[in-house]
Amino acid sequence: MNPFKHKGAGQRIPLVDGIEKVTGRARYTADLFAPDAYVGRIFRSPYAHGDILRLDVSEARALPGVIAIITGEACDQPYGVLPIAQNEFPLARGKVRYIGEPVAAVAAIDDATAREALKRIRLEVRELPAYFEPEAARAAGAVLLHDNRAGNLEREVHHEFGDVAAGFAAADLVREETYRCAEVVHAQMEPHAAMAAYDAERDHLTMHSVTQVPYYVHLTLARCLGMDAARIRVIKPFVGGGFGARVEVLNFEMVCGLLARAARGTVRMTLSREENFLTHRGRPQSHTRVKIGMRRDGVITACAMEMTQRGGAYGGYGIVTILYSGALLSGIYAIPAVKYDGYRVYTNTPPCGAMRGHGTVNARHAFESLLDTMAKELGLDPIEVRRRNLLRAPTETINGLKVMSYGLPQCLDAVEGASGWRDRIGRLPKGRGLGIGCSHFVSGSAKPIHFTGEPHATIILKLDFDAAITILTGAADIGQGSSTILTQAVIEVLGVDYARIRVIANDSAITPKDNGSYSSRVTFMVGNAAVQAAENLKKILVEAAARRLQAAPESINCMGEIYCVHGDSNRSASFNDVVAEALKGTGTITAKGTFTCPVEFQGGKHKGGAVGSTMGFSYTATVAEVSVDEELGTVKVEKVWSAMDCGRAINPLSVEGQVQGSVWMGMGQSLSEETRYEDGRHIDASLLEYHVPTIVESPDVEVHIVESIDPNGPFGAKEASEGALASMPAAVVAAVENAIGVRFTELPLTPERVLKVLADRKRREARRRRAEPAYEEGAA
Amino acid sequence: MKSLVRLRVNGIAREDAVPDNLLLLDYLRETLYLTGTKQGCDGGECGACTVLVDGKPRLSCLTLTAAVAGREVETIESLARNGRLSRLQQAFHEKLGAQCGYCTPGMIMAAEGLLRKNASPSVAEIRAALAGNLCRCTGYVKIVESVQAACAPPNGVTRT
Ligand code: FES
Ligand code: FES
Repeated sequence: MNPFKHKGAGQRIPLVDGIEKVTGRARYTADLFAPDAYVGRIFRSPYAHGDILRLDVSEARALPGVIAIITGEACDQPYGVLPIAQNEFPLARGKVRYIGEPVAAVAAIDDATAREALKRIRLEVRELPAYFEPEAARAAGAVLLHDNRAGNLEREVHHEFGDVAAGFAAADLVREETYRCAEVVHAQMEPHAAMAAYDAERDHLTMHSVTQVPYYVHLTLARCLGMDAARIRVIKPFVGGGFGARVEVLNFEMVCGLLARAARGTVRMTLSREENFLTHRGRPQSHTRVKIGMRRDGVITACAMEMTQRGGAYGGYGIVTILYSGALLSGIYAIPAVKYDGYRVYTNTPPCGAMRGHGTVNARHAFESLLDTMAKELGLDPIEVRRRNLLRAPTETINGLKVMSYGLPQCLDAVEGASGWRDRIGRLPKGRGLGIGCSHFVSGSAKPIHFTGEPHATIILKLDFDAAITILTGAADIGQGSSTILTQAVIEVLGVDYARIRVIANDSAITPKDNGSYSSRVTFMVGNAAVQAAENLKKILVEAAARRLQAAPESINCMGEIYCVHGDSNRSASFNDVVAEALKGTGTITAKGTFTCPVEFQGGKHKGGAVGSTMGFSYTATVAEVSVDEELGTVKVEKVWSAMDCGRAINPLSVEGQVQGSVWMGMGQSLSEETRYEDGRHIDASLLEYHVPTIVESPDVEVHIVESIDPNGPFGAKEASEGALASMPAAVVAAVENAIGVRFTELPLTPERVLKVLADRKRREARRRRAEPAYEEGAA
Repeated sequence: MKSLVRLRVNGIAREDAVPDNLLLLDYLRETLYLTGTKQGCDGGECGACTVLVDGKPRLSCLTLTAAVAGREVETIESLARNGRLSRLQQAFHEKLGAQCGYCTPGMIMAAEGLLRKNASPSVAEIRAALAGNLCRCTGYVKIVESVQAACAPPNGVTRT
């Protein structure tokens, strides 16, 4: 028996870096002490689309206190997170493609000077027709944003798995509907910031940034600055949230590096909130037409979806997003045939990117909504119809995704019970309603974006004379708590006290490379690497204990802080003594652990088949209870019950926090969040216009953890930070229908939209009454 | 134009020549290097910059330094005494009221302002007092729990 089992995994411990956060000692990028830093500012395009005719920075350069000015000439290397779709420059070259695109940048001795310099920059363009909606961008004869993308289509996807025609033919009921979701954005509370220090003597660059992907920042700096990667060091300080905003390298990071080199010194850039909105990379506006075939008993026979995403002006993650939307139609329910047509369109708006629940949220919303509508038509309970379509793990989906563990049935049971569903559904007073939605998400993409042949994750443990263990990791803790989870994983294996463990994360000069915090990969992949590293270290310690206690290694019991000989408790050595023994002759010990997703998990053979592939899917079922005020058009979520299968909760407290944050973000997308443009100009670029829910509008979220114990996750764990979000919009919309009898197909449900739909309904009813006079009228 | 401003920050008397347009937020962060107070927006949108002025929550990004001359300013850095966390800090730490931590200093200072005038607020009072403080990580559930825990009497009875 393992005497310290569950000392690490399963503990509700606070974050290992929590004290810094509550005391204000945590230093985020903007807090770094650098009194000698110049201030960097970006000049942005006021035009939505145009050929650059002239860019005159001479007047700005002449301003006293201006140290450096750079333009598109500073970098001719395009970049972008996907090696196959790099079409963006840190500063525009030749053309501008959206209002707010960086065109030039200034480093000056202070902020006032930098701002004054921006005013003296002159940009002349020949304006081109600009397109703010996919239909316009795709219309015949539209001017191309990128010459090599005909029809302004960044990517179209046409996938068909199973016999779709036969599936629809076998259905008793086939329905089709279009759902629209507005563009939303991460709105992480820490505004973007970067600080780059250029050492001119050595030609070295040190970059601190708010990134979720320090490794990509490193690679891209090397590329865009034409510098040897060995001359670059990237450090991630505390980061105030990401949610996908920072999973690709952002223009200001490159600009900051280029400016520092041009200024031959240190440059700090802090972006305004408005600039954060312009940097964007949020979830694209999407129009989703979905068609489902269903048997009378609720069993789904086929599904077809056509999704159009307004991608914005540059590629970014766009190809992955449009692929995800189709791939993740599978992996949650047993659907024998799926057809998917996806269109990712370039438009003259800020570039979209990856946002929590990457690619799946709007597609899931559409699917779950239509599922509900059809269940209603067939007289089936919404929870029951989902139960009729469950998978059985382990299994492989028609598009080649492996499902190894599957706790969705238990999630459904949990929220059905907790919400009092059976007793309350259909019995609530008018204006009050319940609705359900389900979702799933990957625990890391099984195939890395950059294929290098390296393991997908690496961890190093350092053990030294002080008998302390330092975890060296490149995994980016952005507030989700990855450093805490890695600590718990190491403790679960070694059984040592928490006080022995320190985490050093994200300094490329010290920590091993990590691909970054995206696609919810860290707990699963880096966690597995941490387990392996700890096991390797334990082997060394057990051998040392055996030497010290003059016993065979097989007879050594590791009790965490004490090692002893099995069956002879008098023969024992303290952890410190074991470490002293282990260090003899070798000195400092480093133990490494790595993790690689085996190739059989890397998805189907079809083009784009790697997207959606993972070793473990999380599952969520969410019930939302809403109240609707038909006079004011307001919807309030009163309470949420969310059950998540995260495999194994390494830290239940943290899982709760992640699920609460996810479904709440899904609520924001459902009710109030939306970025709008007028002639390409962002009209919601502040936290007053962009309505992140406040504490007053936010409900209690009761979390139920379902542990399906995944065969491949560390201690059975899967992801917990993203999957729950996508369950929420459908749950809210269903609850609204349950409350007032109207099914909304467009998000968010702002009071204007709600009132408009209700007014339309009234008009329609009035018209119907006029067309077929009611009995009383006829009688009168 | 600069003028000489006298005030107390975290119990320490200060006397600094500050530009008339210098925001309290920038004075704290850039003159005193008290970077615990955060900036999350372009002015008045988010609450990240909340500090206490004479014990009452105030947005330091909308406050001129000169306007708090003679007043007592408290920031997140002042709450821990003798290196020990305050009850609110302890609760935010233990209950996971802070995830990324960026909203946390402002959130805790706003809650501190509330608890000073109302030692056992209801959930509705907690929500009302924190209505101007945005958090993007927690969904606020554990923030409410943290504030409740910080003001829970020893017998553990809380008002709802
Ligand atoms: S910084 Fe956002 S309100 Fe002050
Ligand atoms: S904890 Fe991240 S914004 Fe509140």
